[in-house]
Amino acid sequence: MPKITFIEHNGTPHTVEIAVGKSVMQAAVENNVPGIDADCGGECACATCHVYVDAAWLSKTGLPAAGSQEASMLSFAAVTQPDSRLSCQIKVSDELDGLVVRMPEGQH
Amino acid sequence: MTSDRIIIAGAGHAGGSAAAMLRQLGWKTGITLVGEEPLPPYQRPPLSKAWLKGEADADSLALRPLGFYNDADIELKLGMSVTKIDPAAHQVTFSDDDSMHYAQLILATGSRARRIPLPGIDQANVLELRTAADADKLKAVLGPGKRLAVVGGGYIGLEAAASARALGAEVTIVEIAPRVLARVACEILSNFFQDFHRSQGVTIELGAGVQALEGTGTVTGVRLADGRVIPCDAALIGVGGVPNEELARDAGIACDGGIVVDLSARTSDPDIFAIGDCTKRPLPLYNRSMRLESVPNALEQAKQAASAICGRPPPSPEVPWFWSDQYDLRLQIVGLPFDAIEIVVRGDLAAGKFALFHLTADGTVQAVEAVNASTEFMGGRRIIQRRKQLTAARIADPTVTMQELAS
Repeated sequence: MPKITFIEHNGTPHTVEIAVGKSVMQAAVENNVPGIDADCGGECACATCHVYVDAAWLSKTGLPAAGSQEASMLSFAAVTQPDSRLSCQIKVSDELDGLVVRMPEGQH
Repeated sequence: MTSDRIIIAGAGHAGGSAAAMLRQLGWKTGITLVGEEPLPPYQRPPLSKAWLKGEADADSLALRPLGFYNDADIELKLGMSVTKIDPAAHQVTFSDDDSMHYAQLILATGSRARRIPLPGIDQANVLELRTAADADKLKAVLGPGKRLAVVGGGYIGLEAAASARALGAEVTIVEIAPRVLARVACEILSNFFQDFHRSQGVTIELGAGVQALEGTGTVTGVRLADGRVIPCDAALIGVGGVPNEELARDAGIACDGGIVVDLSARTSDPDIFAIGDCTKRPLPLYNRSMRLESVPNALEQAKQAASAICGRPPPSPEVPWFWSDQYDLRLQIVGLPFDAIEIVVRGDLAAGKFALFHLTADGTVQAVEAVNASTEFMGGRRIIQRRKQLTAARIADPTVTMQELAS
């Protein structure tokens, strides 16, 4: 199973395994990684699973398409950066084995 | 024997989340999560939607995978409830008469469906929708050609109606108020949802009181106050929820239409917290206390209680929000329309993509009701949080972006 590393805002790393086809958000929730709230359960409706994608992985995860629901939600999330994504919208594939994402200071 | 165990009474969205958050915040010692239902914590919102339509399986319903509770050393006591609290002894009694000491107790007892004392209410196929077991019963009576009568035009009734239509059933909604969603949404939104449901083939009877449920053992119809009978194969009663506060009240904890808590989710007993549907909580943004029955509120209060227990600063006060999915409509409501005197429409009602902004006399945005308009919902949340004042003309102007309105 692909491994994903979440780095908390305070620097604490959490490396977890997750089945292909699930979302990066689910990887955090199923392993109780702190810092991902995921209030809406993965509906792209609340922007509380916001992460920053590590620069080395951006070409593989991509960025939200301009005008997409994700881009629109992110435009109002707390402390967004150019590498911001909603983790519920990143689907886990073998290609993402080793993915590193960082958490923002807060989700609200 | 004393211990430093935390007991959580109630394993719904609130209780399950509190257990997980305590571990996230580094709580090291024992956690016992007690749930009346046979299932570990699961998400209730899909019960009236994806689950009812057969689009979700048990795994996707679960709040966490079953292995999580083992891995996180959270003791699950399922099919069990807390029947008594002895606050002085810091002890609870379970439904099997066993008892356990707690250092701190979290009450997450939720709410139950309001029951109305109607003749014929105890018959077969008179249903309510709170639990997965309820949803399975409802699912079993839905299908092409089946007739469902929904008593109560609230969110549960409307969502179940939409799912029942998707399954091919004929649906009649009976609502005693002059409009659906009368308690929880404004008239423009009520009218929009009425029209939409009717366009999907749902019959809606407004201002219609129910006199009795017909049948001789199994419900066959809903008799209205005006004497007409709506024939049906099943009746779903969805007329609101009642907080499960009796356990707390019997232990001398302050209750007032919900277990009274502060912004740390602490009750009148300093070692007892309460979270979720069962509480009456302060809303600093609106200078009021009330009961909020929603998943975001359950999560927020779980966070408040876990933070307080772990000695962390409380989360900053949130703007309450809520969502409902019906057909291909996503309704998202943020804020509460207290003291609002004006409603401004942004977007296109006829196209089913719009948001309603509720303004006070000084133009402060108190609430935004958004249909298929997530940008307005997200922007609205920021505007409400910042207590921003806006003019009606600017809100309604499509050339002004939400980003501009919220900045």
